[in-house]
Amino acid sequence: MDKYLNIDHVSIDFPTPNGPFRALDNVNLKIEKGEFVSIIGHSGCGKSTVMNIVGGLYKATEGGVVLEGREVDEPGPDRAIVFQNHSLFPWLTCYQNVELAVKSVFGASRSRKEIRDWVEHNLELVHMTHAMHKMPSEISGGMKQRVGIARALSMEPKVLLMDEPFGALDALTRAHLQDSLMDIQADLNNTVIMITHDVDEAVLLSDKIVMMTNGPAATIGEVMEVNLPRPRKRLALADNPDYNHYRSEVIHFLHERHARKVA
Amino acid sequence: MKDKLIYFLELTGFTWFIPLVRLSAGESPKHQMQELGKMVGVPLFAIAVFLFLWHLGAAKVITSLGQVPGPTQVWEQVNVLVDEHYEARDREQAFYERQEQRNAAKLEKNPDAEVTIRPYTGKETFFDQILTSLFTVFIGFLIATLIAVPVGIVAGLSDTLYSALNPLIQVFKPVSPLAWLPIVTMVVSALYVTDNPMFEKSFITSALTVTLCSLWPTLINTAVGVSSIDKDLINVARVLRLNYFTTVWKVVIPASIPMIFTGLRISLGIGWMVLIAAEMLAQNPGLGKFVWDEFQNGSSSSLSRIMVAVLTIGIIGFILDRITLSFQKFFSYDKNAVIR
Repeated sequence: MDKYLNIDHVSIDFPTPNGPFRALDNVNLKIEKGEFVSIIGHSGCGKSTVMNIVGGLYKATEGGVVLEGREVDEPGPDRAIVFQNHSLFPWLTCYQNVELAVKSVFGASRSRKEIRDWVEHNLELVHMTHAMHKMPSEISGGMKQRVGIARALSMEPKVLLMDEPFGALDALTRAHLQDSLMDIQADLNNTVIMITHDVDEAVLLSDKIVMMTNGPAATIGEVMEVNLPRPRKRLALADNPDYNHYRSEVIHFLHERHARKVA
Repeated sequence: MKDKLIYFLELTGFTWFIPLVRLSAGESPKHQMQELGKMVGVPLFAIAVFLFLWHLGAAKVITSLGQVPGPTQVWEQVNVLVDEHYEARDREQAFYERQEQRNAAKLEKNPDAEVTIRPYTGKETFFDQILTSLFTVFIGFLIATLIAVPVGIVAGLSDTLYSALNPLIQVFKPVSPLAWLPIVTMVVSALYVTDNPMFEKSFITSALTVTLCSLWPTLINTAVGVSSIDKDLINVARVLRLNYFTTVWKVVIPASIPMIFTGLRISLGIGWMVLIAAEMLAQNPGLGKFVWDEFQNGSSSSLSRIMVAVLTIGIIGFILDRITLSFQKFFSYDKNAVIR
């Protein structure tokens, strides 16, 4: 119980015409401060549901989530979310998108100049200052996701939640953003939960990989610690036997023990 | 400079002039001439064909008021109406001058004399009637907007309220203005009782009829626009713990602005159409009354004058639509969307 974030015996039922559908069953996970945790599993296994419960967007039917000794049951900026499709407000510039978040979280406690500096600082972190006054429709998908990450970081969350943040991007852009995220993580040492279905991404970024069984009534199948030294370099790791060992562990889990019955 | 001008022309709907701008900037003359031919030449040709067919067809029909007017007779009446307008203005000015002289003379004889200043009571001209119509439709449309947008937003955010309102909307939406008018007239007569009325009853009746008929498209479009906002955008607002009003103001309204404006455009179009019928029956001194009076008048030029009104109504409706379209383009955040 002394862990930073405690997902405690969480189950969730969704109502359907044929009675309640149990999506998650007895999910138990303890996360330490500063840990980078990936949740991996086949699509439809409920990994996004786990994140939505931690984020407070869904309410668990049984069990609950405790963050720093307090139960969370509604969304809040202490658990900022990076959505898969960036979810920037299309009528605001990149700067204004981050500014809206900063103002609603720190509007009361910080001066105008502090707010401006903080917005710019966060855009700087994701290397987006050059396009900060552009509209989201004028920049590429990868850049939008960078701004989405800046917006989430600007809320100074206790836990950063990322829902397949790079899932909609092409492979090269994805690699770029993963490297950026690792740099930022080395600086800020945030507690992160990332949902992914990409094995390489999970092994490269995480301290801990949580592998989920298939639904219905999905739960945690295995938790694997990734003890690769940081900073991790994509190129160097390609031939690293440990890296490949972790990789094959996850692949075995996903495609042997818990292969999807119907493709 | 050139790009800004082109953007402005695009925004205001004067797309006809874009090739001219490009041409004067020396941009591939051949291509621009082709564009000009396509955008200006083709419509002008179509109008010419229409006028010719009208001319031929009109001559074949003889009514009790004489031959159906062709383009030439209608154009004559346009000039007559303009002349009448200036004549009436001259008469009005002469009236006020006479009154002033009379009063001045009276005061000269006896400085304590009571002078009466009477307003001119001549008949409204065609152009006065256009202004009355525009003002009436604007007020009716404004009331409709003030009701429809807030109700639409609240209904779009709440499924329960939407299902509650939906049957009512669907039932009242197709009702003709002519059916509303007697009820509105009676209600206005019963409720609007003052000794010193600020507005004519006929004006209020017409404006409210416009409101009742133009309410629905904005209401429906706003509700649909609000309910179809990307759920993740709402989730962002929830993560930021924005309260209900901030969420509406910062997220819901900007996200549904394009749909709201689509609704407003349809509403204004319907309002303008409805107004003419309402004015005819309510005797509000606008274009509808003009048509009705000319029809009752039954002179040999009546049909031509009504035709002038028909074209005026059409052209003003077109201009109103262009204005709202410009607003729609201006307020839409997706500048690449093709809005027609």
